[in-house]
Amino acid sequence: MGKNLIELNHISKIFDGEQVIDDLNLSIKENSFVTLLGPSGCGKTTTLRIIAGFIRPDKGNVIFDGVDITDLPPNERQLNTVFQKYALFPHMNVRDNIAFGLNIKKKSKSYIDDKIKYALKLVNLDGYEKRNVESLSGGQQQRIAIARAIVNEPKVLLLDEPLAALDLKLRQEMQYELKKLKNELGITFIYVTHDQEEALTMSDTVVVMNQGYIQQLGTPEQIYNEPENAFVATFIGDSNIVHGVMLEDYLVEIFGSPFKCIDSGFGKRQPVDVVIRPEDVDIVDINSDKAILKGKMIGAIFKGEMYEMECRTNDGFEWLIHSTDLVEPGKEVGIFVEPENIQIMNKPASEDEEAVEVLAELNEE
Amino acid sequence: MKNKKLKLFTIPYAAWMLFFVIIPIFIIGYYGVTDSNGNFTLANIFSITQYEHYKSLFLAIYLAIICTVICLLIAYPLALILRKLDPKLSGTLIFIFLLPMWMNMLLRTLAWQILLERKGVINALLTMAHLPTLNIINTNAAVVLGMVYDFLPFMVMPVFNSLSKIDDSVIDAASDLGAKYHTVLFRIIIPLSIPGIVSGITMVFIPALTTFVISNILGGGRILLIGGLIEQEFMHASNWNLGSGLSIFLILFVFVFIAISMFFDDEEELA
Repeated sequence: MGKNLIELNHISKIFDGEQVIDDLNLSIKENSFVTLLGPSGCGKTTTLRIIAGFIRPDKGNVIFDGVDITDLPPNERQLNTVFQKYALFPHMNVRDNIAFGLNIKKKSKSYIDDKIKYALKLVNLDGYEKRNVESLSGGQQQRIAIARAIVNEPKVLLLDEPLAALDLKLRQEMQYELKKLKNELGITFIYVTHDQEEALTMSDTVVVMNQGYIQQLGTPEQIYNEPENAFVATFIGDSNIVHGVMLEDYLVEIFGSPFKCIDSGFGKRQPVDVVIRPEDVDIVDINSDKAILKGKMIGAIFKGEMYEMECRTNDGFEWLIHSTDLVEPGKEVGIFVEPENIQIMNKPASEDEEAVEVLAELNEE
Repeated sequence: MKNKKLKLFTIPYAAWMLFFVIIPIFIIGYYGVTDSNGNFTLANIFSITQYEHYKSLFLAIYLAIICTVICLLIAYPLALILRKLDPKLSGTLIFIFLLPMWMNMLLRTLAWQILLERKGVINALLTMAHLPTLNIINTNAAVVLGMVYDFLPFMVMPVFNSLSKIDDSVIDAASDLGAKYHTVLFRIIIPLSIPGIVSGITMVFIPALTTFVISNILGGGRILLIGGLIEQEFMHASNWNLGSGLSIFLILFVFVFIAISMFFDDEEELA
């Protein structure tokens, strides 16, 4: 993919004495779908609002297409935002809402009419021009908000938790639609959400944030399969995080038993965090050679596409296991994990320190 | 059973309304359409066509309009500023703003008389500073000043309420779409605050139109508004028939005004 369209350099922002963003660096490539993902208060929305121009960073600058736009007000930036609560103009009908930006740019009436028709078609609401926005459902209002933004042909569309107010079914539908829309428009999407599923489904690049720092940046697969630290591992999907000790390269000890793994370069007897996804925990016969850990099944819930089960091993740890095959609670079983499914992470001294380390790595890249 | 008990609680209010609102209106209605001998006549109501009478009505409308416009021009920017402030700070400022209203309106108006008098406090200070004195007591200007002072909070509150109901993200969205501040103000903020503006106008214009206290105290008997005229008929001329007739006219006038303003209010909510 092309060149960097947006660059955030050393951005810091303090609100009421609280450091919301601390020395954040981020490059966003042209035509990418980037998601800022994190819990509330992690600085993701602040980052988005800094890009949109609603918030001025205390330090650092924002480069857009090679030009420093840090001091440019929102109305002079070539990007548009879709807000969480739709933010439609309640005193205008659908047509006037969508035409708002084009009227300001003093476009001709025929141009505006064509654009509105095109945009409404794109969001599957043809013929809604005369409707009163407050009579529309939440999903429809959000589509109008998207149409209102894209008629201005922004180079970047910023989306601030646009699906958060919608119900689950609609949210999933809209995820596919947004992805499709992005491909049709061929512009850059920067998406903010706290919903990991949304992030993994739609994005090319996921930026996991916490406490004002970038914790990890990568493709959805990288983020899910190779979390950099315990925060990312717990935030993205379910996981078993256990204490381990590196015995040697490619061998880690968990609860006193050696597991083969594919990581190397750690010190001898170095304590580490081990992440194992619930679907990667294999239940084997208790007498099999593969039964590295032994324990007893203590619970099972049917989740539709799989069973969510728990197994307490002899060391007392309760493993979360996802499988399509049910193993009845009460059964004594063995546990095995394939080497490539074991993810080894350095133990952080503290959460802050960990974040700084991640950041330093990013800067080196 | 429960409903019946609840209904008992409405009796004091209903009784109050009956004795102090409904019955007096009927009394005014009766006096308004009869002459001193008790015979039916519409002359009292139509006496508004007499020069002295419609002159005081037009003057009252004129001064009330000026007062309303000034209140709006002061209140709107103030409410815009208050809207942007931290709720704690804006709450405190509104409290300070409303504080004078805890004092009787008559006292506050009398205070202005003392301030504005030819040898009053303001002129004493101006003389001390070797500045020209201010001679507005007993003029229209003094009456408008008193009206604005007394009724300004009635404009600030509804305007502030409607402004604070506007979602910040709507304003952000407008500037995100390329609108400069004045465009945001005239295309988004003002249209969305019309309900507040309409109720503010109603709450200022009607008491300003019907006041007689302010015009009596700050007009020094030279400025006769329709409210003052009605008061004179009742209190000094003891002509209850004429006073009631003019009152009926004024009530109808206010009804028409409210109906028009409600129409604008609805219009806005439907659009």
